[in-house]
Amino acid sequence: MKKNGVKMIKINSKNVDVFYGKKQALFNINLDIEENQVTALIGPSGCGKSTFLRCLNRMNDVIDICRVKGQIIINDFDINDKSCDVVRLREKIGMVFQKPNPFPKTIYENISYGPTIHGMAQSKNEMDEIVETSLKKAALWEEVKDRLDEPGTGLSGGQQQRLCIARAISVKPEVILMDEPCSALDPIATAQIEELIDELKKDHTIIIVTHSMAQAARVSQNTGFFHLGELIEHGSTDKIFKNPENKKTQDYITGRFG
Amino acid sequence: MNLILFTFIVLLGFTSYYFGRRKAYTIQSTNKRLTALPQFYGYYLAIWCAIPAFIIFSLWAIFEPTIVKLLILSDYSNQGYLDDELNLIYEKTKALSRGQFTGEITPFIEASAEKYLSLRSIAQSSKAVIVLSIIIASVAYAYKKISSNSRTREPVEKFLKVVLFTASLAAILTTVGIVFSLIFQTIDFFKVIPLFDFVFGTHWYPAKAFVRDSSEALDPTMYSDTFGAVPIFAGTFFIAFIAMCVAIPIGLMSGIYLAEYASVKVRQYAKPLIEILAGIPTVVYGFFAALTVGPFLKEIGNSMGLDVSAESALAAGGVMGIMIIPFISSLSDDVITSVPQSLRDGSYAMGATKSETIKKVIFPAALPGIVGSILLGVSRAIGETMIVVMASGLAANLTLNPLESTSTITAQIVVILIGDQAFGDPKTQAAFALGMSLFLVTLCLNIVALRVVKKYREKYE
Repeated sequence: MKKNGVKMIKINSKNVDVFYGKKQALFNINLDIEENQVTALIGPSGCGKSTFLRCLNRMNDVIDICRVKGQIIINDFDINDKSCDVVRLREKIGMVFQKPNPFPKTIYENISYGPTIHGMAQSKNEMDEIVETSLKKAALWEEVKDRLDEPGTGLSGGQQQRLCIARAISVKPEVILMDEPCSALDPIATAQIEELIDELKKDHTIIIVTHSMAQAARVSQNTGFFHLGELIEHGSTDKIFKNPENKKTQDYITGRFG
Repeated sequence: MNLILFTFIVLLGFTSYYFGRRKAYTIQSTNKRLTALPQFYGYYLAIWCAIPAFIIFSLWAIFEPTIVKLLILSDYSNQGYLDDELNLIYEKTKALSRGQFTGEITPFIEASAEKYLSLRSIAQSSKAVIVLSIIIASVAYAYKKISSNSRTREPVEKFLKVVLFTASLAAILTTVGIVFSLIFQTIDFFKVIPLFDFVFGTHWYPAKAFVRDSSEALDPTMYSDTFGAVPIFAGTFFIAFIAMCVAIPIGLMSGIYLAEYASVKVRQYAKPLIEILAGIPTVVYGFFAALTVGPFLKEIGNSMGLDVSAESALAAGGVMGIMIIPFISSLSDDVITSVPQSLRDGSYAMGATKSETIKKVIFPAALPGIVGSILLGVSRAIGETMIVVMASGLAANLTLNPLESTSTITAQIVVILIGDQAFGDPKTQAAFALGMSLFLVTLCLNIVALRVVKKYREKYE
């Protein structure tokens, strides 16, 4: 999406280093994420793409030994600054994980979880509405509308992942982080999720980590290639896949290593 | 004598192991491939040593006393003694041969005792000879038989399986044995005391059964109002309730702290420290309750104008609760830790704080496991004896005042069974009836607890 012909930058990361204990996992990452676009992060296992993704909503805080240096600026505000309220940050930046992880609660409660925490609904009606819109946006409403009070863990894998996406969008985040959201799903469920991602980018900025080159090519507008903790190359998906500048990127994309 | 023989057999076992392995190496050195590793040949021979030894020893243990007795009593066979008298003579003979006989020694008995001793020594030496020769023969046979293609691994593995099976069988058979020993006495008890009186009677005063004049006839009606178990059941559950009131909140909160908040280092030290509580003998808790907590509560109560018994349900229950804390804290810590990290991540990623995550996601997910740990704690509280005996008094009061003394099933069993008691007396049998009911209650609790825990496991695996 363009504003006055200039692409809007949603997230701006400057010189990001990440350490696990003494081991450095990310080296000097500078990556800008464009608003209302899908950005794919690709690279071989252990290259740091998931670590980078987890920096963006400060999920690395959960890991005791993890330290993050550098600036990550979202809406003109450095989220690594001490004054940053993590609860508010994570309201703005939702996340979907590799393995579907619905809470052991009903489908309804899974969706209402976020809005309850952030005090978004004043009445039962309002909450019902949030649940319905979220499920509709996640293309799950038709399948579950008659059994909202059944446990979310009873759904199929693909449905569970869409439930998790609905959960993430229930608090109307500006950015959605997706960490290999289809790696535990079959091709049909994967296709549904990919379709959904395309739909979601109208309202949200999406960053997706994926191991599937084909998926990156299908869903993303921009791509960043990570290797051994460094961002080797980034740019429009077209350019990265058809005309990469770096030899390593070319080798990885053509399947010569990885 | 037996010890020397046993040592000798063990040495023989080691020797046959050594020989078996050596033979395997010899076979190997002629460039033949063995069917099993050399040590299996060794174990195989050692088993050929162990099994015959075991069989002969058990046969001897079963038949030697009977045969010796027959031989001794054959001297008295035609003199018109009754069976009971013969048994008595045999017991006297044995006692005399051990030098423990105090009484009039008749020449007959003295002769029998001498015969007994000589028979025993003959039996001992013949046992030694037979065992050793059979072992050597069997090992030699097996040694000759093993060759490069004989199967040694399978018999050894099978032997191990049988040994392990026997071990587990021993535990199971013991349980069955205990249950049976309870059942028959319990049935006898309920022949005298109606089940209804036991279950619904509100007076428990077994001492009354004791003070009766021995000349009185055994009249069932005299036991009415003696064995009403309601007060002690009530006491048991009441004290267990007090204990759980202490143990559940503290145990649960410390479990949550350990699982979710404590850093790796704190957890590393705190968890073993809490578990030390579980290692303190209950008798130590008992005198802590009786000598420290009880008087302390009494003093506090008195200063507030309350009448507190030195042996109060509160003291016993409170200390029992402290004893149960580590069970609940440790088990719930395990359960909470095993809630998948992905659920925590999911909750944090929604912007939930730590306490919200624990309250809304982790606790509900871990609830079945936590309930299981609490039920295990309850069954421990109900079965606990020492603390109650020492700190809560022995009079079975039917009361719900925690400041009064009360008594429990376990404490009453102790009261009944210490000191002299006559088997066949309803008072003694009452202990078995109580034991049986206690067993049933804890059994049910354990079954429910295991079910709940299992259900929890199925949910996440």
